[in-house]
Amino acid sequence: MIVQGLAFYLFAFIAVAAAVMVISARNPVHSVLFLILTFFNAAALFVLMGAEFLAMILIVVYVGAVAVMFLFVVMMLDINFAELRQGFLQYLPIGGLVGLVLLAELLIILGGWTLAPDAAIGGSAPTPAPATISNTDALGQLIYTHYFYLFQASGVVLLIAMIGAIVLTYRRRPGVRRQNISEQLQRHPGDSVEVRKVETGRGI
Amino acid sequence: MMVEVGLSHYLTVAAILFAIGIFGIFLNRKNVIIILMSIELMLLAVNINLVAFSVELNDLVGQVFAMFVLTVAAAEAAIGLAILVVYFRNRGTIAVEDINLMKG
Repeated sequence: MIVQGLAFYLFAFIAVAAAVMVISARNPVHSVLFLILTFFNAAALFVLMGAEFLAMILIVVYVGAVAVMFLFVVMMLDINFAELRQGFLQYLPIGGLVGLVLLAELLIILGGWTLAPDAAIGGSAPTPAPATISNTDALGQLIYTHYFYLFQASGVVLLIAMIGAIVLTYRRRPGVRRQNISEQLQRHPGDSVEVRKVETGRGI
Repeated sequence: MMVEVGLSHYLTVAAILFAIGIFGIFLNRKNVIIILMSIELMLLAVNINLVAFSVELNDLVGQVFAMFVLTVAAAEAAIGLAILVVYFRNRGTIAVEDINLMKG
């Protein structure tokens, strides 16, 4: 129990500190790297809670895909980020006020709140005991049966996102030679082959 | 001694992360990339909440829902960054204050 507590405080502290660095780092590349650190520590928190599959998904999807995509975009765009930071301190008081008020409200709610005694009874999909079945197995048995349509819908969401991103960023540049299949197939021997009468001994 | 880690500890961490996300949006009002990262932080906080309650209530549906939230977050990041790239290509800037073509 002590080890679990120490691990929780370690991961939670690093996650929060890295999140603070995400919004305050001078260089956006550092921001992305701190975001990755935050995700790793959140994944560790998930493991502590017993949600191993989500922890691995978090690392694969967020660190492997989303954060790398952020990194690509930050490095691709040629922007003077120092200029964008002007007025940083101008918004500090109002932003800090709003953030602190929100945090205080959330913590007040946390302080004066208890679970209903029978809340754990009415669950629609009780978690099986970890000794009999792993978290991944249990989740799979759930999303491929009861939540199959939602699972498919999330796949459609990803497909639409992919198509949308491609359509948005695709551009046709002039002066680039591309293969045009229909144009190639429509070529006719009469257009491209010419028969000439070559006089003997003269050449063309 | 607060060594016993329970639901409220995780909820506190999630609340702090969420507040940091809000704070980041206010603080970096000019830089869209940091704003998108702040939104990711807030979604992460929501996911921590979902998983914490799922474990506390012994109900796996919370984790299923967290997975769907993760999917939507990934799609949102992809579309957001694509819009950002297109906008930068057309206007040469990503400052939020310059994005006012539709203001009328």
